[in-house]
Amino acid sequence: MPKLPAPPLPAPLKTPPPRPGSGNGKKGPLDDVAQAGITVVDWVDERTSLSGAARWMMFRKVPKGTNWFYTLGSATMFAFLNQAVTGVFLAMYYRPEPAGGAYESIRYVTNDVFLGQFVRGMHKWGSSVMVVLVFLHMARTFFFGAYKYPRELNWVIGVVLLILTMAMSFTGYLLPFDQRAYWATQVGVNINGTGPLLGPYLSDFLLGGAEFNATTLSRFYAIHMLLLPGLIAALIGAHLYLVAKLGTTAPPWQKAHRRRELRETEI
Amino acid sequence: MPDKHSKHRSKYTLDRGMPGAFEGETVTRRRFMTGTAHGAGAVAAGAFALPALGFAIGPVFKSTPHRWEVVGTVDQFPDNNYVPVVITLVPNIGDVGKSTAYVRKFNPEIDTDAADVDSHTPYIAISSRCAHVGCPVRWVDASERFICPCHGGVYDLLGRRVGGPPVRPLDRFYTRVSGENVEIGPRFSVNSQLRRFSPRLPGEPVDGIGQYLYPSTPGAKKL
Repeated sequence: MPKLPAPPLPAPLKTPPPRPGSGNGKKGPLDDVAQAGITVVDWVDERTSLSGAARWMMFRKVPKGTNWFYTLGSATMFAFLNQAVTGVFLAMYYRPEPAGGAYESIRYVTNDVFLGQFVRGMHKWGSSVMVVLVFLHMARTFFFGAYKYPRELNWVIGVVLLILTMAMSFTGYLLPFDQRAYWATQVGVNINGTGPLLGPYLSDFLLGGAEFNATTLSRFYAIHMLLLPGLIAALIGAHLYLVAKLGTTAPPWQKAHRRRELRETEI
Repeated sequence: MPDKHSKHRSKYTLDRGMPGAFEGETVTRRRFMTGTAHGAGAVAAGAFALPALGFAIGPVFKSTPHRWEVVGTVDQFPDNNYVPVVITLVPNIGDVGKSTAYVRKFNPEIDTDAADVDSHTPYIAISSRCAHVGCPVRWVDASERFICPCHGGVYDLLGRRVGGPPVRPLDRFYTRVSGENVEIGPRFSVNSQLRRFSPRLPGEPVDGIGQYLYPSTPGAKKL
């Protein structure tokens, strides 16, 4: 039986010729899958040009001597993502009710929910991990001199992120609503109140009134899970943008490499 | 064409040689439209941002009504030792709204300072909120001292600081006698001479310049 000619397909629907090195023209199911992925990515990229941005972000030149200390920023961001994800799922169970509901919901998460203790533990211990990593990252930046021109603005953003992280820890501390949470918050709010002139108003703002009252817990909860995470995520974006734009610094012990003949002519 | 940097530029766009200028016009249409769009955007943003901000900080400027609460009968409190009573500072939120006050009868032999020698306090009611950062002090009968567990604040029988970090004496509550009952009212702060001040938060001194550096907020209005 004679073979029929191929139908006149438009160019995008025709199967592309095999790429060099991809087997001797034979195509298995894996090739089809790979081709499907490439097609989808190409479809998106043709409409968004995202691949340029991704290349700009990911394939950067990195100075010689870059070492494990340079991963502390990513580690901090990973700790934040851990907090964000576990926090979202904890919010599915948490009730910010001061008259017993908050404590009871935390007790329920810890004792009764499947994997509840684990997810809550990830959130609780992850917060300490994040604070530790923030300080290690900050120390790396300081001791490597990576805050100097032109990266001062990134240092400033980082300091704001440090303060926001502290505010996260402070507001999150109240939420379990046990004795420690209550008294630590009393102490923390009163420490805020010791700032002259504006301090008393700041305390009242945090408590939502002159005394610890019915709205204090929900106020802390809203600040903890809506206001601060948004600010932190936005500032992490700015922080990363500046890192990609300005590049990283070489460690301070890294000497500039000079060619041998140049060295000899200088003598 | 007029000099751009001259101090005597004409205010008319026509005189300044702007393209598309009209006779008698001082602002170009482009500039006017830009300003209008920005202004409208500012109004729209303000329309939700300002109410939301006021909503969040509103409680700071709200004064709460005074509450009077019966804590016992007149013969329940001696004049030389304290009896702890549980009072409700904020109702309807369970234990969180409760606090402890130490109450005794007014004693003319020891209560000779300014805060005590008036009709506001027929009974002395001392707040258990430490004047350092607000931990709960307890009355230790044997040493006749109020002692704070958190950072070691120590106060004497009248609530005056005798040791540790607190910046002023313990706060007090107004008291009154209604029939056979002793009632506790709003809080007030005292300085080291036990003179009355509007209620302050812990950690805020009221001696000397402190009373001006740490104003009483509207939420904690005095009687």
